[in-house]
Amino acid sequence: MITPKEKTINMMFIMPALLLFLVFNFYPLLRTFQLSFFQWNGIDKEMVFVGFAQYKDILFNNPAFWKSMLNAGYITLLALTLQNGLALLLALLVNRQIKGDNIYRVIFFLPPVLSGIVVGLIWKFVYDGNFGILNHWLISLGFDNFKDFAWLSEIKTALSSVAVVHMWKGFGYGFIILLAGLQTIPNELYEAAEVDGADTWQQFKHITFPSMIPVFTIVTILTILGTMQIFDLIYSMTRGGPAGYTHVPITKIYEYMSNGEFGYSTAMAIIFGVVLLVVSFGQLYVSKKFNR
Amino acid sequence: MNLFKAKKILTSSITHIILIAVAVTCIFPVFWMLSSSLKTQEEIFTKMALFPETWQWGNYVEAFVKAEFGIYFLNSVFYTVVGVSCIVFITSLAAYGFARLEFWGKNFFFYLLISTLLIPIPGIFVPLYLLLKKLTLLDTRTGLLLCYISGGLAFGLFVLRSFFEELPKEIEEAALIDGCSRFGIYWRIALPLAKPAIATLVILNCLTIWNEFLMALVVLQDKAKMPIQRGLMVFQGTFITDYPLLMAGLTIATIPILIVYLLMQKHIVKGIAAGALKG
Repeated sequence: MITPKEKTINMMFIMPALLLFLVFNFYPLLRTFQLSFFQWNGIDKEMVFVGFAQYKDILFNNPAFWKSMLNAGYITLLALTLQNGLALLLALLVNRQIKGDNIYRVIFFLPPVLSGIVVGLIWKFVYDGNFGILNHWLISLGFDNFKDFAWLSEIKTALSSVAVVHMWKGFGYGFIILLAGLQTIPNELYEAAEVDGADTWQQFKHITFPSMIPVFTIVTILTILGTMQIFDLIYSMTRGGPAGYTHVPITKIYEYMSNGEFGYSTAMAIIFGVVLLVVSFGQLYVSKKFNR
Repeated sequence: MNLFKAKKILTSSITHIILIAVAVTCIFPVFWMLSSSLKTQEEIFTKMALFPETWQWGNYVEAFVKAEFGIYFLNSVFYTVVGVSCIVFITSLAAYGFARLEFWGKNFFFYLLISTLLIPIPGIFVPLYLLLKKLTLLDTRTGLLLCYISGGLAFGLFVLRSFFEELPKEIEEAALIDGCSRFGIYWRIALPLAKPAIATLVILNCLTIWNEFLMALVVLQDKAKMPIQRGLMVFQGTFITDYPLLMAGLTIATIPILIVYLLMQKHIVKGIAAGALKG
């Protein structure tokens, strides 16, 4: 039998983790909610209670914030379609026990392990108007109008250019998860289908696709959460410029915080967090319905 | 039969062409970073050769010494080693407690602790900044480390608890009868047995802390304390067009990651896939 005294002593095992969690995870979360109702610059002793005024202002009066949501949404949409489409195609190709599959795996997962800052700064150099290799290639292919074309400072191309880098960095992550998912499908299913005369497309439609729905859901949610919260790439490539055309929610929250608007930035963080929560739970709900 | 064979060769060729094209796209930017880091400023501005004319190893000396990447690099090593050690010790201790011991509110505390895995908390850096300011830990190494350690708790706890639960209890029970303390069992028996799970945890946390930028941006102002990701942005902000040195700095920031990745790629890939599919 375990005595109450033992039960208390046993708690020592979780104490360090619990204390750290309470101080550095839980308290900041509560503080976020509290601050969001106050106007405060972080220095004054007095915080001014404003109720939901800051929420209202963000929701109805801050087009720049919604623009940043749309920007992140645009990159997310591209990531969900192009990036995950490519990841699935590559996973299907590598899954067929081809030669050198491990080398491909190692190479495709290289961009995801690099830091966002490193990737952003390399690509900023590649995109550079004057000294970038991209324009050099385009010009040598005969596209002379790309001379001095600054991909990251042009309103038309900045956001898409960042999105390309994000997808370059991210597809390997989806690829690895999808491949792991594909490898859990028993081979016998395909063998049986082959005996019955099913072609590759029919096998994909009736075996691969249905068994992969849970994995698709995971990859979709991870892509949405990861892309909507993009920061390092934006900060290292454009800092939200030109003229806010590449701002995303986190750069906005950071910007307000740097300007000393602590209350406002936390209200923004909560609205953004709720959006993320709704989207990921919505996705889970839809896929469960689909599964049935 | 021949037609069948021809079709097979064609499919396999197309497969490899697609895969090789993507692989080249993955590698080229990294290669371009390495190559540019060994060029002179002039070569970068006037030529677009794939390889440097003569390899300017001096760029690295300059980057380490003059551009202060040496300091940033050592800082990053410090944050990574201390941060990861603390994460492993604290989470394994707690995970062992959750897996094996009885205490008050066990389930409640467990789900509370891993709740941050399920709920996205964007912008947590705002209250963390204020908290560190209150604790006078702003712009200190301790402050940044505490953020890193608390950020790694939930995942480590989640991975290690399920690992400890799958270990057979018999050895531990025998040790208990022999008079070994609970902490002794954790330290001498359970922890060594958990090596595979800990290896995964160490590697993934190394990558996370080495590559982290946002908290370092929020917490630190003093250059002498900055990790390399933050130092890169400081350097880039001051010497915008010094591409060879910047690329050398990027390479210095990447080499440790590359080494760890190439040595441990099986662990990393398994850990990522398993983590995602379980969660």
